[in-house]
Amino acid sequence: MKRFIGFVKKEFYHIFRDKRSLFILFGMPIAQIMLFGFAITNEINNVDIAILDHSKDATTTEIINKISASKYFSIKQMVNSEADIASVFKKGQVKAVLTFEKEFSKNLIKDHKATVQIITDATDPNTANTISNYVNAILQKYQKELNKDLTITYQIVPKTRMVYNPELKGVYMFVPGVMTIILMLVSAMMTSISITREKELGTMEILLVSPIKPLQVIIGKVFPYIFLSVINAVVIVMLSIFIFNMPVQGSFILLGFESVLFIISALALGILISTISATQQTAMMISLMGLMLPVILLSGFIFPISSMPMPLQVISNIIPAKWFIIIVKGIMLKGVGLQIIWKETLILLGMTVFFIALSVKKYKIRLE
Amino acid sequence: MEKNNKVIQVEGLTKLFGDFAAVNAITFDVEKGEIFGFLGANGAGKTTAMKMLIGISNPTSGKAKVAGFDVFTQAEDIKKNIGYMSQKFALYDDLTVRENITFFGGIYGLSRKRIKEKSTVLINELGLEKVANTLVGALPLGWKQKLSFSVSLLHDPKIVFLDEPTGGVDPITRRQFWEMIYKAANQGITVFVTTHYMDEAEYCDRVSIMVNGKIEALDTPKKLKEQFNAKNMNDVFLKLARG
Repeated sequence: MKRFIGFVKKEFYHIFRDKRSLFILFGMPIAQIMLFGFAITNEINNVDIAILDHSKDATTTEIINKISASKYFSIKQMVNSEADIASVFKKGQVKAVLTFEKEFSKNLIKDHKATVQIITDATDPNTANTISNYVNAILQKYQKELNKDLTITYQIVPKTRMVYNPELKGVYMFVPGVMTIILMLVSAMMTSISITREKELGTMEILLVSPIKPLQVIIGKVFPYIFLSVINAVVIVMLSIFIFNMPVQGSFILLGFESVLFIISALALGILISTISATQQTAMMISLMGLMLPVILLSGFIFPISSMPMPLQVISNIIPAKWFIIIVKGIMLKGVGLQIIWKETLILLGMTVFFIALSVKKYKIRLE
Repeated sequence: MEKNNKVIQVEGLTKLFGDFAAVNAITFDVEKGEIFGFLGANGAGKTTAMKMLIGISNPTSGKAKVAGFDVFTQAEDIKKNIGYMSQKFALYDDLTVRENITFFGGIYGLSRKRIKEKSTVLINELGLEKVANTLVGALPLGWKQKLSFSVSLLHDPKIVFLDEPTGGVDPITRRQFWEMIYKAANQGITVFVTTHYMDEAEYCDRVSIMVNGKIEALDTPKKLKEQFNAKNMNDVFLKLARG
């Protein structure tokens, strides 16, 4: 035990004296959560738009006021003719132009129908899509207010299929994914690098010649990372609660337990990587290509699994991150307990046991 | 009784990699307190043979006892009784001199008190008082090598294995290093050393020369020179290696 403590102490010296690993450990989680939370988000804020109002009557003025009052849009300029629209877009001054048809109010009253054309700058398809959704929502809200007895239909071009959900906040979707990536990164990549570093420097040989058991070496090396990963998980959850006001509906204890399970599976993967790579660089490349990419692409973090082609859907099942994301989303967003996510937990547990068994076996073979 | 003085006994030790015999049935003994030079060209099988003796590589066949323990069945006991210094400098660059000593003392199971005593003695002997709390990475290579050797003796092993310990250091440091080796041998520690430097071979009590996995010569440097009618060990080595 004393040997073990000495070993863990030395491991912490390594971590705290290496600026690079310190940055990956603590800078990365904060930077990523901020990036995903603020920059890479499906929400839009203060998007510049232009308006071409052919009617300039009471109704259109009211709608324009509604739009400019929302925090999503700021009306950058009024355009006078159809011909000007193209030039406004070309200059990149606005992301969208709303065109009200002639005699808007009159049409509304007479035909129960008037048209607003939403022209969006589709060079950024995601934003374009979101903008048209948001405008639709404002128009519909206005329509409801305007008329409670009559049935009035606005015809809106282009039509959008996605339904606007005022509760849909990008960051809620990203937190579980970012948490998964960071735990994977810290646990798997950092351990594989730190073990291969000892191999590269020749200190591993010295350790193997000493009476300390190989298993003690491995546990001593991964223990600090379990500890630091748990701290990271806590930091991420705290950031999401206090900066992004994201509620955690379910049990913190369950979340903690599931996170530790996932951390251990990632650590086992890290050990596995270290057994097949001779240098730190190889370990890093394998971690990045073999773990990070699948986590980002196939875990359902960014791209929904249900819309992937069948072979990829099948492959996604062997990625531990997929199950962890389902679990975290369930606990954080839906507040579900173990009775709902027991299946995912069991799968994750099975994978963890498998990876540990495999890495211990591999590690022993390497010593021969 | 004579047998008890033999701290390393090797008989027909062999290591096969597929069909290739990296070490081919070598037989030799090393006496207590002896400085035993283990020579051979690159790829002759020195390192493989050494790895089997220190318990990190399993022999294919043959017999070997190190410090009285069998390499096949008692590798853990061997590890407690030997020190090892590899050709790569193998202390931690990002730990201080004192932290390195504490760490290695710790993994050999020394008590905290013992580690403290040992560190003070060791740091004084090496004249490292001023840099005791400096990161090892900042020290010159010669100092590191000497420190590394001292660390391998920290737990008072019966035998110390040195794998090309003086690679890349200057002649003065090499000389100091050999003084340290003599000192250890005088204290009864057996020194098993591999080297490329033939002048160093002259410093050994007995020398074995490996060629293509076999021990082709084994005797005192003086007798080897007579046997091969050579001026120095370098000639002996060249005559053997050319075969």
